[in-house]
Amino acid sequence: MLQRIRVFFASRNVWEVETPLLSHASGTDSQLAFFTSTYETPPNSQSLFLQTSPEFAMKRLLAAGSGSIYQICKAFRNGEAGRFHNPEFTILEWYRVDFDLAQLMNEVEALFDDLFAGKLNAPQRVSYAEIFAQFTGLNALIFSFEAYSAFATQQNLPDAITICGESHALWLDFLFSFCVQPHLGENSLCLVYGYPACQSALARLNVENPLVADRVEVFINGIELGNGFYELSDAAEQNRRFDSEIQLRQRENLPVAIKDERLLAALEFGLPDCSGIALGLDRILMVLTESPAIANVLSFAIQRA
Amino acid sequence: MAVYSTSEFRAGLKLMLDNDPCSIIENEFVKPGKGQAFNRVRIRNLKTGRVMERTFKSGETLEGADVVDVEMQYLYNDGDYRHFMMQDTFEQYQADAKIVGDAGLWLKDQDMCTVTLWNDLPLAITPANFVELEIVETDPGVRGDTSGGGGKPAKLSTGAVVRVPLFVAQNEFIKVDTRTGEYISRVKE
Repeated sequence: MLQRIRVFFASRNVWEVETPLLSHASGTDSQLAFFTSTYETPPNSQSLFLQTSPEFAMKRLLAAGSGSIYQICKAFRNGEAGRFHNPEFTILEWYRVDFDLAQLMNEVEALFDDLFAGKLNAPQRVSYAEIFAQFTGLNALIFSFEAYSAFATQQNLPDAITICGESHALWLDFLFSFCVQPHLGENSLCLVYGYPACQSALARLNVENPLVADRVEVFINGIELGNGFYELSDAAEQNRRFDSEIQLRQRENLPVAIKDERLLAALEFGLPDCSGIALGLDRILMVLTESPAIANVLSFAIQRA
Repeated sequence: MAVYSTSEFRAGLKLMLDNDPCSIIENEFVKPGKGQAFNRVRIRNLKTGRVMERTFKSGETLEGADVVDVEMQYLYNDGDYRHFMMQDTFEQYQADAKIVGDAGLWLKDQDMCTVTLWNDLPLAITPANFVELEIVETDPGVRGDTSGGGGKPAKLSTGAVVRVPLFVAQNEFIKVDTRTGEYISRVKE
Protein backbone atom coordinates (compact mmCIF):
# COMPACT_ATOMS: atom_id res chain seq x y z
CA MET A 1 0.00 0.00 0.00
CA LEU A 2 2.75 2.46 0.98
CA GLN A 3 4.67 1.67 -2.20
CA ARG A 4 1.61 2.25 -4.40
CA ILE A 5 0.98 5.60 -2.68
CA ARG A 6 4.58 6.71 -3.27
CA VAL A 7 4.46 5.70 -6.95
CA PHE A 8 1.11 7.48 -7.33
CA PHE A 9 2.45 10.81 -6.04
CA ALA A 10 5.82 10.50 -7.77
CA SER A 11 4.02 10.14 -11.10
CA ARG A 12 2.11 13.34 -10.33
CA ASN A 13 5.17 15.32 -9.30
CA VAL A 14 4.10 15.73 -5.67
CA TRP A 15 7.08 15.89 -3.30
CA GLU A 16 7.40 13.64 -0.28
CA VAL A 17 8.33 15.63 2.84
CA GLU A 18 9.01 14.92 6.50
CA THR A 19 8.19 17.36 9.31
CA PRO A 20 8.71 17.14 13.09
CA LEU A 21 6.34 15.06 15.19
CA LEU A 22 7.18 17.22 18.22
CA SER A 23 6.29 20.89 18.15
CA HIS A 24 6.47 23.86 20.52
CA ALA A 25 2.81 24.59 19.70
CA SER A 26 -0.31 22.42 19.85
CA GLY A 27 -3.52 22.19 17.92
CA THR A 28 -6.36 24.31 19.29
CA ASP A 29 -9.30 22.16 18.17
CA SER A 30 -11.33 21.40 21.31
CA GLN A 31 -12.26 17.99 19.86
CA LEU A 32 -8.63 16.84 19.53
CA ALA A 33 -6.68 16.08 22.70
CA PHE A 34 -2.90 16.27 22.37
CA PHE A 35 -0.03 14.47 24.14
CA THR A 36 2.40 16.66 26.03
CA SER A 37 6.04 15.75 26.60
CA THR A 38 8.90 17.58 28.26
CA TYR A 39 12.11 18.67 26.58
CA GLU A 40 14.88 18.81 29.20
CA THR A 41 17.73 21.27 28.73
CA PRO A 42 18.95 21.62 32.32
CA PRO A 43 18.39 23.81 34.16
CA ASN A 44 15.44 24.60 31.92
CA SER A 45 12.69 22.49 30.47
CA GLN A 46 10.02 23.13 27.90
CA SER A 47 6.73 21.48 26.97
CA LEU A 48 6.63 19.97 23.51
CA PHE A 49 3.51 18.54 21.91
CA LEU A 50 3.08 15.48 19.71
CA GLN A 51 1.26 16.51 16.56
CA THR A 52 -2.41 15.68 16.10
CA SER A 53 -1.75 16.04 12.35
CA PRO A 54 1.15 17.38 10.23
CA GLU A 55 -1.03 20.19 8.91
CA PHE A 56 0.68 23.22 10.48
CA ALA A 57 4.23 22.21 9.57
CA MET A 58 3.20 21.32 6.02
CA LYS A 59 1.45 24.67 5.58
CA ARG A 60 4.64 26.40 6.65
CA LEU A 61 6.48 24.53 3.87
CA LEU A 62 3.78 25.55 1.38
CA ALA A 63 4.13 29.18 2.40
CA ALA A 64 7.89 28.87 1.95
CA GLY A 65 7.27 27.86 -1.67
CA SER A 66 7.53 24.05 -1.56
CA GLY A 67 4.83 23.49 -4.16
CA SER A 68 2.56 20.42 -3.88
CA ILE A 69 3.71 18.05 -1.12
CA TYR A 70 2.67 14.84 0.65
CA GLN A 71 3.69 13.11 3.83
CA ILE A 72 3.18 9.70 5.47
CA CYS A 73 3.65 10.02 9.22
CA LYS A 74 2.37 9.20 12.68
CA ALA A 75 -0.21 11.41 14.36
CA PHE A 76 -1.27 11.27 18.01
CA ARG A 77 -4.68 11.92 19.57
CA ASN A 78 -5.02 11.49 23.29
CA GLY A 79 -7.85 9.41 24.70
CA GLU A 80 -9.00 7.98 21.38
CA ALA A 81 -9.20 4.20 21.49
CA GLY A 82 -11.86 1.90 20.12
CA ARG A 83 -12.74 -0.33 17.23
CA PHE A 84 -11.80 2.41 14.74
CA HIS A 85 -9.40 4.46 16.87
CA ASN A 86 -5.89 4.12 18.21
CA PRO A 87 -4.22 7.11 19.91
CA GLU A 88 -1.16 6.68 17.65
CA PHE A 89 -1.99 6.17 13.98
CA THR A 90 -0.66 6.73 10.48
CA ILE A 91 -1.77 9.63 8.32
CA LEU A 92 -1.31 10.30 4.63
CA GLU A 93 -1.65 14.03 4.19
CA TRP A 94 -1.18 15.98 0.98
CA TYR A 95 -1.57 19.52 -0.35
CA ARG A 96 -2.12 20.53 -3.96
CA VAL A 97 -1.26 24.07 -4.94
CA ASP A 98 -3.87 25.70 -7.21
CA PHE A 99 -6.32 22.83 -6.69
CA ASP A 100 -9.89 23.59 -5.67
CA LEU A 101 -11.95 21.03 -3.76
CA ALA A 102 -13.39 19.40 -6.90
CA GLN A 103 -9.92 18.81 -8.35
CA LEU A 104 -8.78 17.37 -5.03
CA MET A 105 -11.78 15.01 -5.01
CA ASN A 106 -10.79 13.81 -8.51
CA GLU A 107 -7.34 12.98 -7.18
CA VAL A 108 -8.75 11.16 -4.12
CA GLU A 109 -10.88 9.03 -6.44
CA ALA A 110 -7.85 8.26 -8.61
CA LEU A 111 -5.79 7.22 -5.56
CA PHE A 112 -8.51 4.87 -4.26
CA ASP A 113 -8.96 3.44 -7.75
CA ASP A 114 -5.27 2.66 -7.68
CA LEU A 115 -5.21 1.22 -4.14
CA PHE A 116 -8.33 -0.92 -4.53
CA ALA A 117 -7.58 -1.96 -8.14
CA GLY A 118 -11.18 -2.10 -9.31
CA LYS A 119 -12.56 -3.87 -6.19
CA LEU A 120 -14.88 -0.96 -5.37
CA ASN A 121 -18.10 0.08 -7.08
CA ALA A 122 -18.26 3.46 -8.83
CA PRO A 123 -17.55 6.38 -6.47
CA GLN A 124 -20.35 8.69 -5.31
CA ARG A 125 -20.23 12.41 -4.55
CA VAL A 126 -22.95 14.03 -2.54
CA SER A 127 -23.38 17.24 -0.58
CA TYR A 128 -23.74 17.11 3.20
CA ALA A 129 -27.16 18.79 3.10
CA GLU A 130 -28.43 16.33 0.47
CA ILE A 131 -27.28 13.15 2.25
CA PHE A 132 -28.42 14.50 5.65
CA ALA A 133 -31.90 15.20 4.28
CA GLN A 134 -32.03 11.78 2.62
CA PHE A 135 -31.50 9.85 5.87
CA THR A 136 -33.09 12.21 8.41
CA GLY A 137 -35.49 14.41 6.47
CA LEU A 138 -33.91 17.38 8.29
CA ASN A 139 -32.29 20.56 7.06
CA ALA A 140 -28.62 20.35 8.10
CA LEU A 141 -27.90 24.01 7.42
CA ILE A 142 -30.74 25.55 9.43
CA PHE A 143 -31.13 24.35 13.02
CA SER A 144 -34.54 23.68 14.50
CA PHE A 145 -34.52 22.26 18.01
CA GLU A 146 -38.13 21.06 17.61
CA ALA A 147 -37.53 19.23 14.31
CA TYR A 148 -34.21 17.71 15.42
CA SER A 149 -35.65 16.55 18.78
CA ALA A 150 -38.73 15.06 17.15
CA PHE A 151 -36.51 13.06 14.78
CA ALA A 152 -34.29 11.82 17.65
CA THR A 153 -37.34 10.71 19.63
CA GLN A 154 -38.79 8.93 16.61
CA GLN A 155 -35.43 7.14 16.07
CA ASN A 156 -35.38 6.04 19.74
CA LEU A 157 -32.35 8.22 20.44
CA PRO A 158 -33.71 10.40 23.28
CA ASP A 159 -30.18 10.82 24.71
CA ALA A 160 -29.47 13.19 21.82
CA ILE A 161 -31.75 15.82 23.35
CA THR A 162 -29.90 15.91 26.70
CA ILE A 163 -26.45 15.68 25.12
CA CYS A 164 -26.90 18.20 22.30
CA GLY A 165 -29.36 20.73 23.73
CA GLU A 166 -29.24 23.91 21.67
CA SER A 167 -25.89 23.21 20.01
CA HIS A 168 -26.32 22.87 16.24
CA ALA A 169 -22.77 21.49 15.83
CA LEU A 170 -23.32 18.77 18.47
CA TRP A 171 -26.64 17.75 16.91
CA LEU A 172 -24.97 17.40 13.52
CA ASP A 173 -22.16 15.28 15.00
CA PHE A 174 -24.69 13.08 16.77
CA LEU A 175 -27.20 12.57 13.96
CA PHE A 176 -24.55 12.25 11.25
CA SER A 177 -22.58 9.67 13.30
CA PHE A 178 -25.56 7.47 14.15
CA CYS A 179 -28.12 8.01 11.38
CA VAL A 180 -26.18 8.99 8.23
CA GLN A 181 -22.58 7.77 8.29
CA PRO A 182 -23.38 4.02 8.70
CA HIS A 183 -25.11 4.11 5.28
CA LEU A 184 -22.31 5.83 3.35
CA GLY A 185 -20.28 4.08 0.65
CA GLU A 186 -21.45 0.48 0.51
CA ASN A 187 -18.36 -1.12 -1.03
CA SER A 188 -17.71 2.16 -2.76
CA LEU A 189 -15.96 5.44 -2.15
CA CYS A 190 -18.35 8.13 -0.93
CA LEU A 191 -17.22 11.76 -0.88
CA VAL A 192 -19.36 14.13 1.16
CA TYR A 193 -18.68 17.82 0.49
CA GLY A 194 -20.17 21.15 1.51
CA TYR A 195 -20.09 20.75 5.30
CA PRO A 196 -22.15 23.19 7.37
CA ALA A 197 -20.02 26.20 8.29
CA CYS A 198 -20.23 25.44 12.03
CA GLN A 199 -18.40 22.15 11.39
CA SER A 200 -15.27 23.47 9.71
CA ALA A 201 -12.47 25.16 11.62
CA LEU A 202 -9.84 25.35 8.90
CA ALA A 203 -11.84 25.45 5.67
CA ARG A 204 -12.90 28.42 3.60
CA LEU A 205 -16.53 29.30 3.45
CA ASN A 206 -18.07 28.62 0.05
CA VAL A 207 -18.18 31.75 -2.11
CA GLU A 208 -21.71 31.04 -3.35
CA ASN A 209 -23.23 29.80 -0.09
CA PRO A 210 -21.67 31.06 3.15
CA LEU A 211 -23.74 28.52 5.14
CA VAL A 212 -21.40 25.78 3.90
CA ALA A 213 -17.65 25.34 3.97
CA ASP A 214 -15.38 23.84 1.32
CA ARG A 215 -14.70 20.69 3.28
CA VAL A 216 -14.85 17.08 2.11
CA GLU A 217 -15.01 13.80 4.01
CA VAL A 218 -14.22 10.34 2.66
CA PHE A 219 -16.19 7.18 3.56
CA ILE A 220 -16.23 3.50 2.60
CA ASN A 221 -18.67 1.06 4.24
CA GLY A 222 -19.71 3.67 6.79
CA ILE A 223 -16.11 4.18 7.97
CA GLU A 224 -14.68 7.69 7.97
CA LEU A 225 -11.33 7.58 6.16
CA GLY A 226 -10.32 11.20 5.75
CA ASN A 227 -11.03 14.87 5.78
CA GLY A 228 -9.99 17.62 3.37
CA PHE A 229 -10.35 21.36 2.90
CA TYR A 230 -9.98 24.13 0.40
CA GLU A 231 -7.51 25.70 2.79
CA LEU A 232 -8.03 28.92 4.65
CA SER A 233 -5.11 31.26 3.86
CA ASP A 234 -6.23 34.44 5.62
CA ALA A 235 -3.90 34.88 8.63
CA ALA A 236 -6.24 37.28 10.44
CA GLU A 237 -9.20 34.92 10.05
CA GLN A 238 -7.03 31.98 11.17
CA ASN A 239 -5.88 33.93 14.22
CA ARG A 240 -9.48 34.78 15.09
CA ARG A 241 -10.51 31.11 14.84
CA PHE A 242 -7.51 30.05 16.98
CA ASP A 243 -8.51 32.55 19.67
CA SER A 244 -12.13 31.45 19.70
CA GLU A 245 -11.05 27.79 20.00
CA ILE A 246 -8.64 28.63 22.81
CA GLN A 247 -11.49 30.40 24.65
CA LEU A 248 -13.75 27.40 24.08
CA ARG A 249 -11.05 25.10 25.53
CA GLN A 250 -10.90 27.36 28.61
CA ARG A 251 -14.68 27.24 29.07
CA GLU A 252 -14.61 23.44 28.86
CA ASN A 253 -11.62 23.15 31.22
CA LEU A 254 -9.49 21.41 28.59
CA PRO A 255 -5.67 21.53 28.67
CA VAL A 256 -4.36 24.91 27.56
CA ALA A 257 -3.39 25.00 23.89
CA ILE A 258 -0.35 26.93 22.65
CA LYS A 259 -1.17 28.93 19.54
CA ASP A 260 1.20 28.25 16.63
CA GLU A 261 2.57 31.75 15.96
CA ARG A 262 4.96 30.32 13.38
CA LEU A 263 2.02 29.08 11.33
CA LEU A 264 0.35 32.48 11.61
CA ALA A 265 3.57 34.18 10.49
CA ALA A 266 3.73 31.82 7.50
CA LEU A 267 0.10 32.54 6.58
CA GLU A 268 0.83 36.24 6.84
CA PHE A 269 3.77 35.79 4.50
CA GLY A 270 1.35 34.09 2.14
CA LEU A 271 -0.06 30.57 1.76
CA PRO A 272 -0.60 29.75 -1.92
CA ASP A 273 -4.13 28.84 -2.99
CA CYS A 274 -4.35 25.13 -2.22
CA SER A 275 -6.47 22.20 -1.14
CA GLY A 276 -5.33 19.53 1.27
CA ILE A 277 -6.56 16.27 2.72
CA ALA A 278 -5.56 13.76 5.40
CA LEU A 279 -6.42 10.07 5.15
CA GLY A 280 -6.15 7.47 7.92
CA LEU A 281 -3.98 4.75 6.42
CA ASP A 282 -4.72 2.21 9.18
CA ARG A 283 -8.42 2.44 8.41
CA ILE A 284 -7.82 2.15 4.67
CA LEU A 285 -5.81 -1.01 5.42
CA MET A 286 -8.77 -2.24 7.51
CA VAL A 287 -11.07 -1.85 4.51
CA LEU A 288 -8.54 -3.40 2.10
CA THR A 289 -8.08 -6.45 4.34
CA GLU A 290 -11.73 -6.54 5.52
CA SER A 291 -10.59 -6.38 9.16
CA PRO A 292 -13.22 -5.79 11.85
CA ALA A 293 -11.01 -3.64 14.11
CA ILE A 294 -8.04 -1.31 13.83
CA ALA A 295 -6.12 -3.58 16.22
CA ASN A 296 -6.08 -6.22 13.45
CA VAL A 297 -3.95 -4.00 11.19
CA LEU A 298 -1.55 -2.67 13.86
CA SER A 299 1.47 -4.56 15.15
CA PHE A 300 0.57 -3.64 18.72
CA ALA A 301 -2.52 -1.56 19.52
CA ILE A 302 -2.37 0.78 22.52
CA GLN A 303 -3.44 -1.91 25.03
CA ARG A 304 -0.31 -3.89 24.05
CA ALA A 305 2.02 -1.03 23.07
CA MET B 1 -19.29 3.94 45.53
CA ALA B 2 -16.73 4.57 42.82
CA VAL B 3 -17.51 6.66 39.74
CA TYR B 4 -16.69 5.35 36.25
CA SER B 5 -16.11 7.34 33.06
CA THR B 6 -17.15 6.15 29.59
CA SER B 7 -13.61 5.01 28.79
CA GLU B 8 -13.79 2.58 31.72
CA PHE B 9 -17.12 1.03 30.65
CA ARG B 10 -16.37 -2.65 30.04
CA ALA B 11 -18.60 -5.68 29.62
CA GLY B 12 -19.82 -6.81 33.04
CA LEU B 13 -19.28 -3.46 34.81
CA LYS B 14 -22.26 -2.70 37.11
CA LEU B 15 -23.49 0.88 37.11
CA MET B 16 -26.42 2.97 38.29
CA LEU B 17 -28.50 4.37 35.42
CA ASP B 18 -31.87 6.12 35.93
CA ASN B 19 -31.75 4.90 39.58
CA ASP B 20 -31.62 1.25 38.53
CA PRO B 21 -28.63 -1.08 38.73
CA CYS B 22 -27.42 -2.03 35.24
CA SER B 23 -24.72 -4.16 33.70
CA ILE B 24 -22.69 -3.11 30.62
CA ILE B 25 -22.87 -5.55 27.71
CA GLU B 26 -20.96 -3.65 25.03
CA ASN B 27 -19.36 -0.20 24.63
CA GLU B 28 -18.40 1.31 21.26
CA PHE B 29 -16.36 4.52 20.89
CA VAL B 30 -17.76 6.69 18.09
CA LYS B 31 -15.93 9.85 17.06
CA PRO B 32 -15.92 11.85 13.85
CA GLY B 33 -12.37 13.08 13.09
CA LYS B 34 -13.36 16.70 13.62
CA GLY B 35 -16.26 16.27 16.00
CA GLN B 36 -17.63 15.29 19.37
CA ALA B 37 -16.77 11.82 20.71
CA PHE B 38 -19.64 9.58 21.87
CA ASN B 39 -19.95 6.17 23.48
CA ARG B 40 -22.73 3.92 22.26
CA VAL B 41 -23.46 1.48 25.07
CA ARG B 42 -25.57 -1.69 25.25
CA ILE B 43 -26.65 -2.13 28.82
CA ARG B 44 -28.93 -4.51 30.75
CA ASN B 45 -31.23 -3.24 33.47
CA LEU B 46 -30.68 -5.82 36.22
CA LYS B 47 -34.08 -5.15 37.80
CA THR B 48 -36.18 -5.73 34.69
CA GLY B 49 -33.71 -7.76 32.61
CA ARG B 50 -34.39 -5.42 29.68
CA VAL B 51 -31.52 -4.61 27.31
CA MET B 52 -31.31 -1.05 25.99
CA GLU B 53 -28.98 1.06 23.87
CA ARG B 54 -27.85 4.38 25.28
CA THR B 55 -25.51 7.09 24.05
CA PHE B 56 -23.14 9.13 26.21
CA LYS B 57 -20.85 12.05 25.50
CA SER B 58 -17.34 10.62 25.96
CA GLY B 59 -15.97 11.49 29.39
CA GLU B 60 -19.36 11.42 31.11
CA THR B 61 -19.46 9.41 34.32
CA LEU B 62 -21.89 7.07 36.05
CA GLU B 63 -21.87 5.84 39.62
CA GLY B 64 -20.92 2.23 40.21
CA ALA B 65 -23.63 -0.11 41.51
CA ASP B 66 -23.01 -2.33 44.54
CA VAL B 67 -24.09 -5.53 42.81
CA VAL B 68 -22.61 -8.95 43.60
CA ASP B 69 -23.50 -12.54 42.70
CA VAL B 70 -23.43 -14.90 45.69
CA GLU B 71 -23.87 -18.69 45.85
CA MET B 72 -26.55 -19.52 48.41
CA GLN B 73 -28.61 -22.47 49.49
CA TYR B 74 -32.37 -22.28 48.92
CA LEU B 75 -34.10 -23.14 52.20
CA TYR B 76 -37.89 -22.96 51.93
CA ASN B 77 -40.93 -21.01 50.76
CA ASP B 78 -43.12 -19.52 53.51
CA GLY B 79 -45.89 -18.58 51.09
CA ASP B 80 -44.91 -14.91 50.76
CA TYR B 81 -41.13 -15.16 50.69
CA ARG B 82 -38.48 -17.61 49.66
CA HIS B 83 -35.54 -17.91 52.01
CA PHE B 84 -31.87 -18.32 51.09
CA MET B 85 -28.75 -18.85 53.19
CA MET B 86 -25.07 -18.06 52.73
CA GLN B 87 -23.08 -21.27 53.25
CA ASP B 88 -20.15 -19.72 55.11
CA THR B 89 -21.83 -17.16 57.40
CA PHE B 90 -25.31 -18.79 57.64
CA GLU B 91 -26.71 -15.31 57.01
CA GLN B 92 -30.22 -15.53 55.58
CA TYR B 93 -31.96 -13.48 52.88
CA GLN B 94 -35.59 -13.45 51.75
CA ALA B 95 -37.04 -12.63 48.34
CA ASP B 96 -40.66 -12.18 47.23
CA ALA B 97 -42.23 -13.71 44.11
CA LYS B 98 -41.55 -10.60 42.02
CA ILE B 99 -37.80 -10.95 42.56
CA VAL B 100 -37.70 -14.73 42.30
CA GLY B 101 -39.71 -14.72 39.06
CA ASP B 102 -39.45 -17.82 36.87
CA ALA B 103 -36.47 -19.07 38.88
CA GLY B 104 -39.07 -20.29 41.40
CA LEU B 105 -40.06 -23.04 38.96
CA TRP B 106 -36.67 -24.71 39.44
CA LEU B 107 -35.94 -24.19 43.14
CA LYS B 108 -35.92 -27.36 45.25
CA ASP B 109 -35.30 -27.17 49.01
CA GLN B 110 -31.56 -27.44 49.89
CA ASP B 111 -30.42 -26.82 46.26
CA MET B 112 -27.71 -24.25 45.54
CA CYS B 113 -28.49 -21.21 43.41
CA THR B 114 -27.09 -17.76 42.62
CA VAL B 115 -28.54 -14.75 44.42
CA THR B 116 -27.71 -11.33 42.94
CA LEU B 117 -27.47 -8.79 45.76
CA TRP B 118 -27.86 -5.04 45.23
CA ASN B 119 -26.95 -2.99 48.31
CA ASP B 120 -27.17 -6.28 50.22
CA LEU B 121 -30.77 -6.97 49.13
CA PRO B 122 -31.74 -9.75 46.68
CA LEU B 123 -32.24 -8.36 43.18
CA ALA B 124 -32.55 -11.55 41.16
CA ILE B 125 -32.30 -15.32 41.58
CA THR B 126 -30.62 -17.60 39.05
CA PRO B 127 -31.11 -21.36 39.48
CA ALA B 128 -28.27 -23.80 38.73
CA ASN B 129 -27.99 -24.59 35.00
CA PHE B 130 -29.09 -28.17 35.62
CA VAL B 131 -31.48 -29.33 38.33
CA GLU B 132 -32.80 -32.77 39.24
CA LEU B 133 -36.52 -32.85 40.07
CA GLU B 134 -39.22 -35.45 40.67
CA ILE B 135 -42.13 -35.93 38.29
CA VAL B 136 -45.34 -35.65 40.33
CA GLU B 137 -47.83 -36.01 37.50
CA THR B 138 -47.69 -37.43 33.98
CA ASP B 139 -49.49 -39.94 31.75
CA PRO B 140 -48.46 -43.57 32.28
CA GLY B 141 -45.22 -44.67 30.59
CA VAL B 142 -45.36 -46.47 27.25
CA ARG B 143 -43.06 -49.49 27.09
CA GLY B 144 -40.80 -49.84 24.07
CA ASP B 145 -40.94 -46.21 23.04
CA THR B 146 -37.36 -44.98 23.20
CA SER B 147 -37.25 -42.43 20.41
CA GLY B 148 -38.22 -38.83 20.96
CA GLY B 149 -41.33 -38.78 18.77
CA GLY B 150 -43.63 -36.23 20.37
CA GLY B 151 -43.33 -36.78 24.09
CA LYS B 152 -45.81 -35.70 26.78
CA PRO B 153 -46.10 -33.03 29.45
CA ALA B 154 -44.87 -33.83 32.96
CA LYS B 155 -45.47 -31.77 36.08
CA LEU B 156 -42.50 -31.54 38.46
CA SER B 157 -42.40 -31.19 42.24
CA THR B 158 -41.63 -27.47 41.95
CA GLY B 159 -44.65 -26.78 39.71
CA ALA B 160 -42.76 -26.56 36.43
CA VAL B 161 -44.14 -28.43 33.43
CA VAL B 162 -41.66 -29.87 30.92
CA ARG B 163 -42.00 -32.13 27.88
CA VAL B 164 -40.56 -35.60 28.51
CA PRO B 165 -40.26 -38.74 26.33
CA LEU B 166 -43.20 -41.18 26.53
CA PHE B 167 -41.21 -43.83 28.46
CA VAL B 168 -40.62 -41.59 31.48
CA ALA B 169 -42.94 -42.41 34.37
CA GLN B 170 -44.42 -40.62 37.36
CA ASN B 171 -42.26 -40.41 40.54
CA GLU B 172 -39.09 -40.75 38.50
CA PHE B 173 -36.41 -38.06 38.83
CA ILE B 174 -35.27 -36.18 35.73
CA LYS B 175 -32.50 -33.73 34.91
CA VAL B 176 -33.62 -30.41 33.32
CA ASP B 177 -31.71 -27.53 31.73
CA THR B 178 -33.15 -24.49 33.53
CA ARG B 179 -31.99 -22.04 30.79
CA THR B 180 -34.18 -23.68 28.14
CA GLY B 181 -36.64 -25.65 30.29
CA GLU B 182 -35.72 -28.81 28.36
CA TYR B 183 -35.58 -32.41 29.57
CA ILE B 184 -32.02 -33.82 29.51
CA SER B 185 -32.21 -37.36 30.97
CA ARG B 186 -33.62 -39.62 33.63
CA VAL B 187 -31.75 -39.76 36.92
CA LYS B 188 -31.27 -43.06 38.77
CA GLU B 189 -31.78 -42.47 42.46
